[in-house]
Amino acid sequence: MRATISVALLLGKIVTLMFISNDMNVMSSNTLPDFRISPRIDQVGIEERAKKFTTRSIKKETKVEGLKMVLNMIDLTTLEGKDSEGKVKQMCYKARHLHDAYPGLPTVAAVCVYPSMVKLAKQSVGDSGVKVASVSTAFPSGQAPMSVKIDDTRFAVESGADEIDMVISRGKFLAGEYNFVFDEIAAIKEACGEARLKVILETGELVTYDKVRRASDIAMYAGADFIKTSTGKIQPAATMPVTLVMLEAIKDFYYKTGKMIGMKPAGGISKSKLALHYLVMLNETLGADWMNNQWFRFGASSLANDVLMQLVKERSGVYQSADYFSVD
Amino acid sequence: MATSTIKKKTAAKAPKVEEVQSNGAQAQRLEVLKTYKLYIGGQFPRTESGRYYVATNRKGEQLANVCTSSRKDFRDAVIAARGAQKGWAAKAANNRGQILYRIAEMLEGRRSQFVDELMKQDSTKAQAETEVNLSIDKLIYYAGWCDKYQQLFSSVNPVASSHFNFSVPEPTGVIAAIAPQNNSLLGLVSVIAPAITGGNTIIVLASESKPLCAITFAEVINSSDVPGGVVNILTGKPSELATQFAAHMDVNAVVFCENDELIQKDIQEKASLNVKRVLLYNDVDWFSDKGESPYFILDTQEIKTTWHPIENIGSGGGKY
Repeated sequence: MRATISVALLLGKIVTLMFISNDMNVMSSNTLPDFRISPRIDQVGIEERAKKFTTRSIKKETKVEGLKMVLNMIDLTTLEGKDSEGKVKQMCYKARHLHDAYPGLPTVAAVCVYPSMVKLAKQSVGDSGVKVASVSTAFPSGQAPMSVKIDDTRFAVESGADEIDMVISRGKFLAGEYNFVFDEIAAIKEACGEARLKVILETGELVTYDKVRRASDIAMYAGADFIKTSTGKIQPAATMPVTLVMLEAIKDFYYKTGKMIGMKPAGGISKSKLALHYLVMLNETLGADWMNNQWFRFGASSLANDVLMQLVKERSGVYQSADYFSVD
Repeated sequence: MATSTIKKKTAAKAPKVEEVQSNGAQAQRLEVLKTYKLYIGGQFPRTESGRYYVATNRKGEQLANVCTSSRKDFRDAVIAARGAQKGWAAKAANNRGQILYRIAEMLEGRRSQFVDELMKQDSTKAQAETEVNLSIDKLIYYAGWCDKYQQLFSSVNPVASSHFNFSVPEPTGVIAAIAPQNNSLLGLVSVIAPAITGGNTIIVLASESKPLCAITFAEVINSSDVPGGVVNILTGKPSELATQFAAHMDVNAVVFCENDELIQKDIQEKASLNVKRVLLYNDVDWFSDKGESPYFILDTQEIKTTWHPIENIGSGGGKY
């Protein structure tokens, strides 16, 4: 029994290795780590450490600069069954014109939509520099055959998506079929072509920090350009400790391979104060090289308005109301 | 200064010692004193600023340590009030009436506690009882108005086109009020009741010199099915908070009841930022009949007019 399993694992590894060497050149070393022995996470330690980042005091000009950076890192998102063309157009307009009454604001980094809306979104953002990200691979559950997931991804890329947000097969991952997950990510990466690939781990379904760490390692070695916490459809979504676990994984990966990977916490970050805490955590974990929207994003729909309200408050000295900011 | 404040704190908290029989032996029991905290979003937090002042009576006796609310406490209260406003306005009018009636019932049940507190704050027994009675009656009065003021203030308007044109009052939203300073309970109730009757939510700063009843009244509200955030009660200095009340963009109306022209002017200037309603009740005698009226409800309502297209109304011979 044991012999069969290890043979299967071995086989799986050979297959994936071949896959990698044929299709991609991501690996600087030729050996993949054994994902079963990804580093274990000290739960108490990581939570204590994450809490420490919330104690930094960021005021005045620093706060204003930080908030502008947050705005520039947002992936403005609408992923509802009820999304219409009007809604997507409106959101793309908002992405370019966050608050015209405040001159000199940056745009958001990207808009994030379903594949069917990519074409429209691409037209709507025009030449503003705002990227279009599309979720794919049967978002949010990922419960579809491989062929469907690949088609889904190709469709989004052909429609003009600059970035693809895929979900991993959490069921397979939790069942220990790491090779399946690895191969799937690698296959989608291939289908992405030029588009950057963000891999959504859906940490709310992974149960433990150990598994989050393992999934992060698998995603990065399989070719992810970004790792992302959540779909936003499952609670809990992004939390500071879980993001810290992933940032640490990115750091280790960078030390081993020299390759930078981006990070995108998504879901549940709706207040500017919290967003600033995330930036502090990013800066103190990965450093200044990651402090831009090439390497860090916030997946959020309501964060932008809260940041805008804080910015206007800093300028006018008066606390703001959502009544005076466009919904989307 | 710091030491003397601490000493005062100890003095104000100095418990009275009662003698109680316990198993036949004489035992000393320490009286449990109430900590007067704030009431924000259905909870009783201390002020985040950690500041307090000592409430005293006319003789200078120390009654309690009371929170000096900060701008941040007020902001938190605005967030709570804004969050609760939609749900409160959406409640059936008669349900709001039932809840106001419930506040009155709870107040009735704790009348002796309020009489005690009022007497501590320089009222005579008769005055205290009158004030509590009037407060309860006022709540019943507004409970009754909950599903009636709409009819009184609505209208069907004559228009020359094929439209059914009507106007109805709608709550203005979040109200920030500074309660009358010269009494502890009645003024507070007089400001809160019409505001919440009309579907608004309110943040109210209690009397600075007579703050005791405010927090006890918060306990009454908290046990009366009033959703958290509908009524938020702060204690502290009007001079410090009036500007904040008037400037906050997420506040839709400000209520001020004193004859202080400087503060009035400041409020009016700051309120112009988002054209919030400014209600100055400086000459209202809350103890008289003039202290209760449906027009206090109307003060915090917006009139919404609807033009509803219809077939030619003249053809039926009817006229509006």
